[in-house]
Amino acid sequence: MDDSNQQKVGQISGAEIIMRCLQEENVKFVFGYPGGAVLHIYDALFKQKHFKHILVRHEQAAVHAADAFSRATGEVGVALVTSGPGATNAVTGIATAYMDSIPMVVISGQVPTAAIGMDAFQEVDMVGVTRPCVKHNFLIKDVHDIAITLKKAFYIAASGRPGPVVVDIPKDITAEFAEFDYPKSVEMRSYTPVTKGHSGQIKKAVKILLEAKRPMIYTGGGLVLGDASNELVKLARTLDYPVTNTLMGLGGYPATDKQYVGMLGMHGTYEANNAMQDCDVLLAVGARFDDRVVGNPDHFLSVPRTIIHIDVDPSSISKRVKVDVPIVGHVQSVLGEMNELLAAETKKPDASALKSWWAKIDGWRAKNTSSYDGSSSSIIKPQYVIEKLCEVTKGDAFVTSDVGQHQMWAAQYYKFDKPRRWINSGGLGTMGVGLPYAMGCQLAYPDAQVACVTGEGSIQMNIQELSTCKQFHLPIKVILLNNRYLGMVRQWQEFFYENRYSESYMDSLPDFVKLAESYGHVGMNIEKPGDVEGALQDAFAMKDKFVFMNFMTDQKENVFPMVPNGKGLSEMILGSDPNANDAVDEMEG
Amino acid sequence: MKHIISLLMENEAGALSRVAGLFSARAYNIESLTVAPTEDATLSRMTIVTSGSDEVIEQIIKQLNKLVDVVKVLDLNDGRYIERELMLVKVKATGALREEMKRISDIFRGRIIDVADGSYTIELTGSGSKLDAFLEALDKTVILETVRTGASGIGRGDRILKV
Repeated sequence: MDDSNQQKVGQISGAEIIMRCLQEENVKFVFGYPGGAVLHIYDALFKQKHFKHILVRHEQAAVHAADAFSRATGEVGVALVTSGPGATNAVTGIATAYMDSIPMVVISGQVPTAAIGMDAFQEVDMVGVTRPCVKHNFLIKDVHDIAITLKKAFYIAASGRPGPVVVDIPKDITAEFAEFDYPKSVEMRSYTPVTKGHSGQIKKAVKILLEAKRPMIYTGGGLVLGDASNELVKLARTLDYPVTNTLMGLGGYPATDKQYVGMLGMHGTYEANNAMQDCDVLLAVGARFDDRVVGNPDHFLSVPRTIIHIDVDPSSISKRVKVDVPIVGHVQSVLGEMNELLAAETKKPDASALKSWWAKIDGWRAKNTSSYDGSSSSIIKPQYVIEKLCEVTKGDAFVTSDVGQHQMWAAQYYKFDKPRRWINSGGLGTMGVGLPYAMGCQLAYPDAQVACVTGEGSIQMNIQELSTCKQFHLPIKVILLNNRYLGMVRQWQEFFYENRYSESYMDSLPDFVKLAESYGHVGMNIEKPGDVEGALQDAFAMKDKFVFMNFMTDQKENVFPMVPNGKGLSEMILGSDPNANDAVDEMEG
Repeated sequence: MKHIISLLMENEAGALSRVAGLFSARAYNIESLTVAPTEDATLSRMTIVTSGSDEVIEQIIKQLNKLVDVVKVLDLNDGRYIERELMLVKVKATGALREEMKRISDIFRGRIIDVADGSYTIELTGSGSKLDAFLEALDKTVILETVRTGASGIGRGDRILKV
């Protein structure tokens, strides 16, 4: 580009332009790791004071932490990595955020423009590698394009159905000079996300809702991301209809409310899954009927019901399950309009039908499928640890989790009354997110209680972040449910592979207490049920300490209820069934 | 059922790979795909021939619209349209075949655009099925080489895909 490598009055370097863009976007934290291709950027970063850089120990953790910061706050998370291996290490984090629609901007360094395609040192085609797992990505080829590209990146990441955007910047571009001019807004003819829903469809939906005999409200991660909890609570209370949340939607409706029937899906409650299957009108909000939620779609659709589906993404509608009343729009705006229509409406829900529907639901509830045998005084039940965690933190902690049995128990037994408190990898199911997720939450809310519920398999996938937690004094509490098995793998092997526990045993575990202590953290071993509550109280009383709690839990506990893969929602295996395992065998038959 | 989807997208580097990547990632069929800039150099026009149930086609259209670089998408099968494809076929043209190839080419309104000692190259345009019919009319052993561009499509009359 002409003479961009000669600095003129009023010009700053590409690296400095990046800093100014992040400042304009009010970025508070950048999670990253330096390297050759981003040295100019890190030099500019050294000279600025507007945001804090969090040095992680592996790029994957940088992206997860930025992702969690976004999940907890609603702001766009930002990560910065170098080219080649730095960029590929970030990919799992990017794919994780993509599956859960988390707004994020990931800046990756690239080899100098002239070296692209030469198999240069630390070169990888980042735009090509990430194409299937980003909302969009850019390769910047001119220093003058940095500001407009980053503006677009933040806009695309946060608008419509949110998602991660990768901006790949060759090293030479960050050393060239240009004037800084940050656009106030950006318009793209090819990208115009819908906001308001179609008013005719909304009217039709309200009419159908009021005529329902067995109504059900099912909400997902989109409700949380769309900050529409208040609107949903108002709608549900006006109508007195039952509500279920997906794994991604927990906290979208208060878990302690009487209209809440629990989580649905593969490990959902008996009442939620049966009500979902049996309802005659279903209102789906920011949810996508995925395979872990409705199980076999043919079984789900074998019962006639009218489905209203509100989602900001048209491609989520009628993808797995054909719906009757699609409403494309921002969930907050659409639910707000529905509330206005309901307020002006003279027609009320059918009280007698609703009464008998609630009676039916209460009958399902009475099965109390979340009960477990907690009678042992020597073996700690994992469910008990989560119940006590919920009590000790008064249900008000940010709870991050990894992936597996512990994730399901955390989802089932921690009662989330607020959105953005439950932080987990729902779509991609990425083991290793828990600790970096906790870092992102704790940095966002330094005074909040942050608990990372994890397993001994998952925690070791990003265990190096204990060092980051030390450097930034993050008083996270790790709740390790240590059953010496890759529990969810073991559970499936028990049920579906005749107890052949192929590679699911975690041998040679470290001494987690000593490991934590070696990083200057507090470690605790908890081996008896009687010690669980006291240990949790002690740990959370240490407000300025990172505490690693190693709970030795029941090795053979399973997650129930369970809808086996490919089965219908009402074909659950219940833990209370003494022949639960036989029942699974029979169904698999 | 076969569908012809037309779209306009930003003429950016990598735009084609986003569309091709979408089809492979989501396991959609793709029979042919053609792309070239339009009279507005910032836009590329793409024609994709695909097949699938109504539900699958609906998803394809939605997923294409979701791509940030895609400006407009039109399923040509939703109305009246014209489809054209260009084919170049090199055929054996020796002895009696020299006259025979010329005759078949004329029947299909083809043009011989290269004449060599032992071969002709025939240029043919038409719908995909017309080109198929031409190939079927030839003895397989006389075909030396076939090049097809894939279909381009345009709506009839007032059906215009433009920004």
